[in-house]
Amino acid sequence: MNSRTLEIGVGLFVAAGLAALFMLAMQVSNLASLGGDADSYTVTAGFENIGGLKVRSPVTVSGVRVGRVSAIDYDTTAYEAVVTLSIDSTYNAFPNDTSASIFTAGLLGEQYIALDPGGAMENLGEGSRIRLTQSALVMEQIIGQFLYSMAAKNEEKTSEE
Amino acid sequence: MLDAIQQLGRATLDFFERLGRGHLFLMQVLVSVPATLLRPRLVLRQMHSVGVLTLLIIVVSGLFVGMVMGLQGYNTLVDFGAEDSLGVLVALSLVRELGPVVTALLFAGRAGSALSAEIGLMKATEQLSGMEMMAVDPVRRVIAPRFLSAFLSMPLLAAIFSAIGVYGGWFIGVSLLGVDDGAFWSQMQDKVDLHGDVYNGVIKSVVFGFVVGWIALFEGYDAVPTAEGVSRATTQTVVHSALAVLGLDFVLTALMFGD
Repeated sequence: MNSRTLEIGVGLFVAAGLAALFMLAMQVSNLASLGGDADSYTVTAGFENIGGLKVRSPVTVSGVRVGRVSAIDYDTTAYEAVVTLSIDSTYNAFPNDTSASIFTAGLLGEQYIALDPGGAMENLGEGSRIRLTQSALVMEQIIGQFLYSMAAKNEEKTSEE
Repeated sequence: MLDAIQQLGRATLDFFERLGRGHLFLMQVLVSVPATLLRPRLVLRQMHSVGVLTLLIIVVSGLFVGMVMGLQGYNTLVDFGAEDSLGVLVALSLVRELGPVVTALLFAGRAGSALSAEIGLMKATEQLSGMEMMAVDPVRRVIAPRFLSAFLSMPLLAAIFSAIGVYGGWFIGVSLLGVDDGAFWSQMQDKVDLHGDVYNGVIKSVVFGFVVGWIALFEGYDAVPTAEGVSRATTQTVVHSALAVLGLDFVLTALMFGD
């Protein structure tokens, strides 16, 4: 085989390999949606129970993703979980009485934090703390409460009779 | 009785001697690699026979593995109404495991066995000794370019395998079975992590390329210089490479995704 076709073959092979790596990075993984840490700011929020929330879970407002959970710690003095949210700095005008709730995407989906803007004049900034939070709903607790209230109702009925 | 013990002892000593020779051989090859970089033409020629000629089997296998993943994944996920996650399933299994491992197994079968047979035959026909007589270092002239090209080709082949596989899964899932196109890609992009999944997959394929290249070249270089010896070396390359790849894959997976 002459040297030119051989070189073209190797060149095409390497180009195809690099294109495949590029495709895996851009199309398959989250490189395109990562964004640098430089253009984001962090706020913290304390939750009684974070359920199945994980680092890198999404943070949304009205369903639009505005950031990610960057760290989860436990505060041993306040007895609550402290979640650090890293929010894209294009979304820098949330009032400082914005509330944060942990919801579940779908019935069995992953958990995410939804922010609900309040009406205060001052905005959240780097290092602010979100005061109003709502914990994750834990399925067992809900079922437990439901069963308890059913039992209570039944008891009322039987006592009325 | 004593004979049996003696045989056991000899087998053990032989094993360790061979292991030691293998490592000395690897050292020799690694030392020769920088010198090889000065002669890229030799590497280029080997890249052609090791990489380019393996491309076809990699592309076809990748396509079919991806298509099977798409079918099987769809049939399982549709029971839970989670067929939108098909993209995640296909991409994660390919990028993390199937891409590097299946590519390495095919690579050992297609390119590794060819390398062993070539080197073994060179030894059997005394071409390697001939080179030494002419003061040409056969490790530097023959072995190192082959090792380098195996090492460079494996990650590229694994990446091509995974990328083609994802498109195979996409073809079955989206075009034939009616999974939503947007959900397929967006869920995949959401769940597949560049560092955690893609980089680790590439690291795996680099390690496998190193190991398969080493085993193939050592088996050839260390072959008994007869027809039977060469055939034995070729077989052992495929068997040992497959075992090494699967064993190492477990260790690497435990290290990378074990937490």
